[in-house]
Amino acid sequence: MTAMRKDGEVVNPVAVDHEVVVTVNGVTRSARVPARRLLSDMLRHDLRLTGTHVGCEHGVCGACTVLLEGEPIRSCLTFAVMVDGARITTVEGLAAPDGELGPVQRAFRECHGLQCGFCTPGFLLLTTELLTRSPEPGEDEIAEALGGNLCRCTGYVNIVRSVRRAAELAKEQLS
Amino acid sequence: MTTQWFGERVERREDQRLLTGAGRFLDDSGHDALGVAFVRSPHAHARIIGIDVAEALDVDGLVAVYTWDDLPGRLADPLPLLIPHPDLTHPRTQYALAHEEVNHVGEPVAMVVADDRYAAEDAAERVVVDYEPLPPVVGIRAARSAEHLVHHDVPGNVAAVTTQELGDARAAIAAAPQVLELDLAMERSLSSPLEGRGVHARWDADDQRLRIRTSTQTSTGVRAAVANIFGLPDVAVEVITPDVGGGFGTKVLHPYPEEVLVPWAARVLGREVKWVEDRYEHFVSATHERGQEHHVRVGFDDDGTILGLEVEFWHDTGAYTPYGIVLPIITATQLPGPYRHRHYRVTFTSLYTNTVTCTPYRGAGRPQGCFVMERTIDRIAEQLGLDRAEVRARNLIGPDEFPYDFGMTFQDGRPLVYDSGDYPAVLERLRDLVGWDGFAAERDAAAAEGRHLGIGLACYVEGTGVGPYEGGHVHVETNGRVMVATGLTSQGQGHETVFAQIVADELGVDIADVFVTTGDTRRFPYAVGTYASRAAVMSGNAVALAARQVRAKAIRIAAEALEAAPADLDIESGVVHVRGTPSRGIPLAQVAVLSNPLRYAFSKEAQAATQFASPADPDMPPVPEDDEPGLEARDYYSPVRSTFASGMHAAVVEVDPDTGTVDVVRYAVVHDCGPLINPMIVEGQIHGGVAQGVAGALYERLAYDDSGNLNNASFMDFLMPYLSEVPTPAVAHIETPSPLNPLGIKGAGEAGVIPGSACLAAAIEDAVGVRIDRMPISPPELWALLGERVAT
Repeated sequence: MTAMRKDGEVVNPVAVDHEVVVTVNGVTRSARVPARRLLSDMLRHDLRLTGTHVGCEHGVCGACTVLLEGEPIRSCLTFAVMVDGARITTVEGLAAPDGELGPVQRAFRECHGLQCGFCTPGFLLLTTELLTRSPEPGEDEIAEALGGNLCRCTGYVNIVRSVRRAAELAKEQLS
Repeated sequence: MTTQWFGERVERREDQRLLTGAGRFLDDSGHDALGVAFVRSPHAHARIIGIDVAEALDVDGLVAVYTWDDLPGRLADPLPLLIPHPDLTHPRTQYALAHEEVNHVGEPVAMVVADDRYAAEDAAERVVVDYEPLPPVVGIRAARSAEHLVHHDVPGNVAAVTTQELGDARAAIAAAPQVLELDLAMERSLSSPLEGRGVHARWDADDQRLRIRTSTQTSTGVRAAVANIFGLPDVAVEVITPDVGGGFGTKVLHPYPEEVLVPWAARVLGREVKWVEDRYEHFVSATHERGQEHHVRVGFDDDGTILGLEVEFWHDTGAYTPYGIVLPIITATQLPGPYRHRHYRVTFTSLYTNTVTCTPYRGAGRPQGCFVMERTIDRIAEQLGLDRAEVRARNLIGPDEFPYDFGMTFQDGRPLVYDSGDYPAVLERLRDLVGWDGFAAERDAAAAEGRHLGIGLACYVEGTGVGPYEGGHVHVETNGRVMVATGLTSQGQGHETVFAQIVADELGVDIADVFVTTGDTRRFPYAVGTYASRAAVMSGNAVALAARQVRAKAIRIAAEALEAAPADLDIESGVVHVRGTPSRGIPLAQVAVLSNPLRYAFSKEAQAATQFASPADPDMPPVPEDDEPGLEARDYYSPVRSTFASGMHAAVVEVDPDTGTVDVVRYAVVHDCGPLINPMIVEGQIHGGVAQGVAGALYERLAYDDSGNLNNASFMDFLMPYLSEVPTPAVAHIETPSPLNPLGIKGAGEAGVIPGSACLAAAIEDAVGVRIDRMPISPPELWALLGERVAT
C-alpha cells in the first residue's frame, strides 16, 4: 500500500498502520492497523479472536460487546487505536485455561439461554460484569444491565433465567 | 425400546463451542480471503445508462470490479424460478448483477473485490452509475392502480391470480342470516437475524472442488443452483453451512446473487473470496415479508356458526418472484384455522412493487391468515354480543373429525388435510391459563383505578413437516462413535442435540457418543432444507429410520458372534447383550469392527475381523450379496402430506390512552406439536416466536416512502424488541401425535409468531374499544384512533 512519498510525507492516511498493543484476556497482543480499523475487526481478524460478533456495526445490537477495563463497550463503535494499552476481556476469556466453563457459561447452558449463539458472547460479558459489580442482582438490575443487547432467537426469557442461575453458581463457586 | 433421551430436557451439544467463542460462523474463517463490497441501486426503479469504474480502479487494494457485462454464460441469465406454479403467469427473477434496469433500492449493480472489505468499500464508493430514474411503484394500492408498471411486460403488476374454493361460499353467504364485511391489512416486515448473510468461496485447484460456505438454510439448494449455473459436475461443488446466527426464513431463498457471484469470482481470480453483508445491505437486499391487504365477507348464523367465508387479498411480492406464490398460498390455505368450514373461497393477487423481494419470514403468510380469520371471528362475536372464546368453541373442528379435508391444495402441492389435533382441549387449557373466564372482574378492578385492561385470544393451525423428503445417515465407527449426518441445516434450533437424542434412543447408546452434522453436502448430499417447521419431522424421522436399520444390523452381526438368537438381544449403553445376561455382550464398537471384513488389521481389536480370525463358510463370500460392509445405514423420510400442529395464544394488555402505549401484562400459549423431543428446546422456540409476534404487532414495520426509499434501514429505526418489550409467556402443551410419521411428531419452529398480531389487536380493542384492522400499531396510531373514537 502506498503510504509515504519519498520526502516522507504521508499521502494516504488510510494506509498508515499504527501499532496497537492490548492485553486481551490477560495476554498481551499487538497488531498493526490503520486508524480506521474497528476494534471488533482487530479482535476478530487481526487477533483471530472470533468469539466477538458483529451484528449491526452501528452500536445498537450489542453482539460486539467486550469489556474494556471491566466495563462493557461496543467494539464496533470503537477504533482499535483508541484502546492502545488497555485491558480487554472477550468471551474467550471466560472459561478456565483447561476449557472448563465458568459459572456464567454453565448457567446459560443449563437454562437454554442461547439458540443460535450469535448474541451470546455479548450477553455473557454483560452478565459477567453485572455479577462482578452486584453478585445478587434484583430483577430491575438484571433488566437494566441486559436491556441494551438484542437477541432474535430466545425472546430473552431464558437469558434472564440464565443470569439468575449464574448468580447462584458464582456464589457456589466462591464458597 | 425404552426411551431414555426422547422427551428429556437434554442440555445442548452445540453450547460448548457457542459459549466459549469457538462457534464457526461465516465470517469466523477465511481471514486471508479477498473482501467484497457491492454497488447497490439507490433508486427504486431506474434504467442503467452506464457504469464508470475508472476512479475505483485507482483505489489501493482493489483487485477487480465486475458488472453484468462481465458475467459469462448462464451467470448472465436471470436467477432460477425456484417454485413455478401454473397460476404464476408472469414470474420474474433478478439478474445476479443488474442488467439494464434496477427494480428496488439495494439491488446489486456491481461487485467490487479488494484486499479487504474496507478497501472494497472505498472502491465501491468511487464506482459511478448513471441512472435514468423511472416512476417507482410502492405499496399495494399503487401496484393495483397500475398507473406505473414495475416490469414493463407485466400488465397490471400482476404476477399471479389464484382462486381456491371449498363448497360454494357465495351461495352460503347469500343464504346466511347474518353477514359481515371487513378490510384488514398487515404491513411489511423482515426476518432480520442477528447475523446477516455471507458467502465464502474457494476454488481448490488440487482437488478440483468449488468449496462454498454460505450462511444459508439450504446447502443442497445452493449447490444444485451453482453446479447448474456454472456447468460443473455436482460432485465438484461442495456447500457447507457454517454455524448460522439465525435465519428465520430469509436465508432459505437461494441462490442469492452473492451466492453465485462470490464463487464465480473465486474461480476467476484463483483466490479465496468472502463477502459479509452489513446491516444496511441486509435491510435492502435480504428478503422481506408480511405485506398484504384483505377483504373479507363472512356469513354466519345467530349463534356464531360460520356458514360461508369469502376472502380476497392482495399480496405484495416485491420486485421479483423467485419463491413463486408459495407465501400467498400459505396465507390462503392456513387462513381457515381450526374451524369447521364447509364453504370457503379465497382469491389472491400477487403484485409486483419496486421494493425488496418477499419470501418467507417465520410464519410465512400464516400470521396474515390468522389475523384475518381471528379478527373476523372477533367481529362476529361483537355483532352477536357473544363471548369470543364461545364463538370459537362453536366453530372448532372436533377431535373426532380427523382427518379433516378442506378439498384444497396446500403449499407442498398436496391435499390440505388436517391429520390430528384436539382444538377444544387447547381452548379450554388456554382459558384456564390466561384467566379468560374471570377477566371481566379483573378489568373492572383495573377500571376502578383508572387503568384500561383488555384481553384477546387467537387460534391457528400450522402445516408443518412439508416434503419432499429428508435423509439421515447413521454410522457406528470402530471407535464406538456414532456419526450422524443429515443434509438440512441449523440456525440455532439444537439439531445436533435433538437428532442425537433420537439416535441414542433408537440405538441404545449414550448421547455423548453421538455426533450430528447438518448442512454439509459432503456428508449428506440429498436434502431440501430447513423451513416450514419441518426439520424435526423430516430429519428426526429420517435419522430414526436409519438408526433402526443400524440397530437391526448390529443385532444380526452380534447374534452370530454371540451365538444367540437376534430376538434375545438388547442394546444398552452401547453394548449388544443377551437380555437378562449383560455379561454376555459385545460393545457396538466391536460389532462395527466385525461388520467390515478385513484383510489388514489396523489395530488389535481389528484382528477379529480379518480373514483367518474365525472359520469362514467356503461357499459364502465375505460380504453377502444383499449386504454391505460397515455398521451404517442411510434412510429417508418422505411424507404423503404435511402434519398439522396447532395452538392458541391469549394476551392481556394495558393501554395508556394518554400516550397510546401498549403494555403486555400477561401472555399465554397453549401449543400442540405432538410429542416433544426436547421440551426445553421447544419452549425456547415458542419464546422466540412470541417475541417476534409481539414485535410484529407493536414495533416492527418497514417504512418505505413513495419514492421507494426504505426509511428505516437500520436498527436505530427498525424497532426490534429488547428485553423490556418482550413478555414472558406462560406455556402449556397438549400433545396429539401425528399419524403420518413414525415418531408421531409435528413441527414447532414457527408457531410462536403466528397469532401475535391477532391476539394483541383483539386485546387492545377490548381495552379501549377502537377498531384495529391493521398491524402493527404504534402509540401515535393508537392515540389517533382513540382521538377519533372520542370525537365520534
